[in-house]
Amino acid sequence: MLDRLWKFNGGVHPPQNKSQSLTEAIVPAPLPERLILPLHQHIGAPAETLVKVGDTVLKGQCIAKASGYVSAAIHAPTSGKIVNITELPVPHPSGLSAPCLVLESDGEEKWTELQPHEDDYQETDPSHLRNLIREAGIVGLGGAGFPTFIKLNPGPNNVIDTLILNGIECEPYITCDDMLMRNRPEEIIAGAKILRHALQAHECVIAIEDNKPGAIETLTEAANGHDIKVVPIPTIYPAGSEKQLIQVITGKEVPSNGLPVHVGVVLQNVGTTVAVHRAINLGEPLISRIVTITGNGVNQGRNIETLIGTPIHDLIRYCGGQHEEIEQLIMGGPMMGYLLYSDAVPVIKTTNCIIAGAAGELNPRRETLPCIRCGSCAQACPIQLLPQQLYWYSRAKEFDKAQEYNLFDCIECGCCDYVCPSQIPLVQYYRYAKGEIWTREREKKKADIARQRHEFRQQRQEREKAERAQRHKRKKAALKDDAGNAPKNAPQQDQKKQAILDAIERVEKKKTAKAAPDEPKSAANENAAEPKDTNIKDQSNP
Amino acid sequence: MTWKAPSSPHIHSGITVTKVMMRVLYALIPAWLLYVLIMGPGIVITTAIAVFTALAAEAIMLLIRRRPLKPALTDGSAIVTAVLLAMTIPSTAPWWITCVGVVFAIVIVKQLYGGLGYNPFNPAMAGYVMLLISFPREMTQWVAPHGLLIEGYGLTDIVSSIFNETMNDGRALDAITMATPLDLMKTQLGLEQNVSTIMASNNVYGFFAGYGWEWINVAILGGGLWLLRKRIISWHIPVAMIGTIFLFSSICYLIDSDQFASPWFHIFSGGTILGAFFIATDPVTAATSQKGKLIYGAGIGLLTCIIRYWGGYPDGVAFAVLLMNIVAPTIDYYTQPRVYGHKQ
Repeated sequence: MLDRLWKFNGGVHPPQNKSQSLTEAIVPAPLPERLILPLHQHIGAPAETLVKVGDTVLKGQCIAKASGYVSAAIHAPTSGKIVNITELPVPHPSGLSAPCLVLESDGEEKWTELQPHEDDYQETDPSHLRNLIREAGIVGLGGAGFPTFIKLNPGPNNVIDTLILNGIECEPYITCDDMLMRNRPEEIIAGAKILRHALQAHECVIAIEDNKPGAIETLTEAANGHDIKVVPIPTIYPAGSEKQLIQVITGKEVPSNGLPVHVGVVLQNVGTTVAVHRAINLGEPLISRIVTITGNGVNQGRNIETLIGTPIHDLIRYCGGQHEEIEQLIMGGPMMGYLLYSDAVPVIKTTNCIIAGAAGELNPRRETLPCIRCGSCAQACPIQLLPQQLYWYSRAKEFDKAQEYNLFDCIECGCCDYVCPSQIPLVQYYRYAKGEIWTREREKKKADIARQRHEFRQQRQEREKAERAQRHKRKKAALKDDAGNAPKNAPQQDQKKQAILDAIERVEKKKTAKAAPDEPKSAANENAAEPKDTNIKDQSNP
Repeated sequence: MTWKAPSSPHIHSGITVTKVMMRVLYALIPAWLLYVLIMGPGIVITTAIAVFTALAAEAIMLLIRRRPLKPALTDGSAIVTAVLLAMTIPSTAPWWITCVGVVFAIVIVKQLYGGLGYNPFNPAMAGYVMLLISFPREMTQWVAPHGLLIEGYGLTDIVSSIFNETMNDGRALDAITMATPLDLMKTQLGLEQNVSTIMASNNVYGFFAGYGWEWINVAILGGGLWLLRKRIISWHIPVAMIGTIFLFSSICYLIDSDQFASPWFHIFSGGTILGAFFIATDPVTAATSQKGKLIYGAGIGLLTCIIRYWGGYPDGVAFAVLLMNIVAPTIDYYTQPRVYGHKQ
């Protein structure tokens, strides 16, 4: 393996725009006065807060714990006081608010007691390493934010052949991984060795796009003697997308609806790798990351080592950005990132880049023309979908057809949209169609449950009616009997006793009729009704 | 501070429909200029009439359909249709021939189906075929290339023949017209002549195809290759179409070189090159998958040969394109690529 590289279909070559933020080394951001820490910075359930307003916390102290398996803990990025727990605007495409902790820093940066892993990691059981990584609140820093420890648990039936460390960074503008690889190669190697041990992977590869010769050189040097291979990959977007990178390096395709582990591969971003190294070797939880601040809206693009929770306007100001000059603010890259509604939102664990776009830099005004069926979109699609068919069906709301054409295999990389000469906002149509399908599925499930309940109720009522009629008949017969027997020799006490016994029996019967047949069934249905969006999967941001 | 927010991606390649259409027009310029030099200035007038009529017809239809005028008129598609049609009809054809052809192409074939992107048939080819069937006399009167005539003609003759249907001095147009190379080949073969005699004894033939025409076709090829380089078109359709014509005519030529002209003759005569690079590659009416494009191109090539050899018309490109237009959606349906992560 690795004697050759493979190709994926399509792809595009957008202008790179990376040089603006590569002129300076990584600089630390000034300590912000207030940090905003959303409880939901990752894929999965939001964290559960462990502090209350007024608590003082130390740097690195766990302030919100993971709730459930797919979730991640949050730690205080600096020492200070929790001044508020409330809903605030968070970085999200919807622009909605979500619960956040607000931490006022005391400026002392007083660490909690750190507990580095004392033993040699190679002697440590992988499950213990996973636990430590989980406790450090580490999630994928490439953009998707999937809890890292889960990806390190391939399950008993999957053998990991290849651990790929993703240093591709194929999106234009973003340079945080490039700078990290150039400046801290030994930390990446240290993290790589831990990850490799945790996965028991046969081989470990660091993949870097060949437009980053500096990073390739430093990492090749650092990897020397560690049995880790640095592989330059031809520059093309979206080479850094999980599925595409696996194809380029191994020639294998992740099955539709499957995961990389099913083809014996695990991917980790190089930033995540460093976070793992810090968590295991230094005991540091994930409280900071490197963020690229770039775009024509700032005077000096640079990469900043930033505490999680730092408001974005602080960083923009630090790079000489003026509000009046900034037309648009993007979190992530220009191909897959989303626009921010406000610069008051904080840096979260998945924030790799902020682009402050000056007038005319981003989102050129579109004049959408009809599709001319040129097929450029299909040529550009790295998944080999037929984007124009998906577009027609999404537009016509023929969602069944869209699904037939594998809508849910779309990774929303934006290549089709980028090349469309008619400038149709294709990805927007696909997102819309996916959203509609999810909504309909949820509604359908709800309706199914309601229908089942209704049917059970009807059955029960009919049964009760029948039983009542029977009882009535029996009673009538008994009365007739009584009427015949009464004059003879019937002690009144016996009659009363019989009436009481009858009543008890009736109640007994009613109870069993009500409880036994349908209660457990409807309960089982309730469980089945839990919305399971199996289609939502971890999609690493390329 | 707040901003508003469209969804990703936030950048675009900058390749727009208008740019695509403009590049198609640029690619035609060398061939068009050579056409003027070799075949006389009639094409200038015909092109002007065609473009004007196309824009007017498009505008009127948009008004009737209550659609915005500006995007459709500036996308360049109507101009491309007009120029392509002008290059396929005789340059001295009466003005109304051009008008009728363009109006049919724009109104019936394009706008009535819903405008750009919705037409199942290539408008230029449908217009051409309609004219060829309806006005066979006007559509087969081709002015002879420069250097082949003893009697000369001037600009006034051309203008007069376009607007009055006779030359300036009252001579009939027949005096300066000639059979096209493909036409002559067909009629002479019908008279039991063999190919080499036909080509040797008629000055209509040049080095490897029609005198004069062969160089125009070379210029069209140059423009087509430039479009390939600029990635406006992909190689699949031209290669499949010309390859099929080459293969088919080679086989026939090897079997009986008296009855069948050489592959070079077929490639550089009639509408082969123009059809392969500029007509069959029309995205709206062609197959779109890569495999589909190969089948589509090969189908056009095969039908062209069959019509040329055994059909009633000297050239078959236009008919072949229209016939393959019909099956393009079916081809696409059966040639869908395998999606990543799915089994075939």
